[in-house]
Amino acid sequence: MAEIQDAGGGGGKGKKVRSKKASTHVDMTAMVDLAFLLLTFFLLTTTFNKPQTMEIVLPDKTENDDKPTEIKESKALTLLLSKDNRVFWYAGINDPKVEVTNFGPNGVRKLLQKRVATIPGLVVLIKSDDDAVYKNFVDILDEMNINKVPTYAIVDITDKEIELIKNAKTEPKK
Amino acid sequence: MAKVRPKAQKPQLDMTPVVDLAFLLVTFFMLTTNFRPEEPVIVDIPSSISDFKIPETNVMTITVSNEGRVLFNIDNQGARARVIEKMDEKYKMGFTLEEKTTFSNLGAFGMPISELKTFLNAKKETRKELNTGIPVDTVNNQLFDWIINARMANPKYRIAIKGDSKTPIPVIRRVIATLQDQNINRFNLITSLEEAPKND
Repeated sequence: MAEIQDAGGGGGKGKKVRSKKASTHVDMTAMVDLAFLLLTFFLLTTTFNKPQTMEIVLPDKTENDDKPTEIKESKALTLLLSKDNRVFWYAGINDPKVEVTNFGPNGVRKLLQKRVATIPGLVVLIKSDDDAVYKNFVDILDEMNINKVPTYAIVDITDKEIELIKNAKTEPKK
Repeated sequence: MAKVRPKAQKPQLDMTPVVDLAFLLVTFFMLTTNFRPEEPVIVDIPSSISDFKIPETNVMTITVSNEGRVLFNIDNQGARARVIEKMDEKYKMGFTLEEKTTFSNLGAFGMPISELKTFLNAKKETRKELNTGIPVDTVNNQLFDWIINARMANPKYRIAIKGDSKTPIPVIRRVIATLQDQNINRFNLITSLEEAPKND
């Protein structure tokens, strides 16, 4: 206890200490302080703990079967996601020359910025091989939003493109 | 008549109602706070700049772990009860009433339906290890049935995919294909905000 009884000491001999009349009133200020502290804590923690999401809307599969969307070759840009966070890309559709880039600030973002600025109505086709991870997928969709790519589509990869990646991979890296 | 003399008032405020109110609010917030539910798998969600918030109720979460195990979770106990009923009907697992109740009160789960019974009867601590993943392959796509029954039980569900950063794309593609097979073309990917430090 914090109170120390004085009776045993030598100093308190002369005057008798009269005990004050205890009031029945409890000072609640401290309690209110605590209660409001807790209240604030719970108030703040509830709102902050909510996950963010990215909404994606895919085209209707059944509708697309009868008439595939056609895009101009000059406006097409294909990104192929692959192993080790690499992105292979080529422009156009026929005779593609594959180049490799990555998710760094000088990688795919710069590429997209340039393309979005120079080609109106750019269409980006996103494909990924089996070695890519989910993070790549989210990152690339994120890049689409960051760079405000007007149209993009998530497409299945073709055998030809897998071949392209394979050939590009065997090239010596700089 | 004797006059009633007003007593000298002390300049003290009676704090009791304040305390009452404060504690009432504390209790309210304590009870309504949704503490992060225990996740059977640890998922390191990728980050994005998107700051679209997920609704609090009516969410169907499909979790994909980094090894490609698929887990399924729906909120709303009533809907869960109806879903397990339907799944029981289809797969003839013969769940008891108790098992069904356990199911309605649980969170995420992920195993072939043949093992669900073991899972429900298992102890709380051992349940985690029983999440071997819901089959999503084309021959035996149980996830498809879970989703379709959940949507029948509660059409308001929003679908969220919660994938680990290192989840291989083919699994995600299977999950998305499963959704598209039942004409779900709008769904959410759970991400953390880019600027925010990574938690988990």
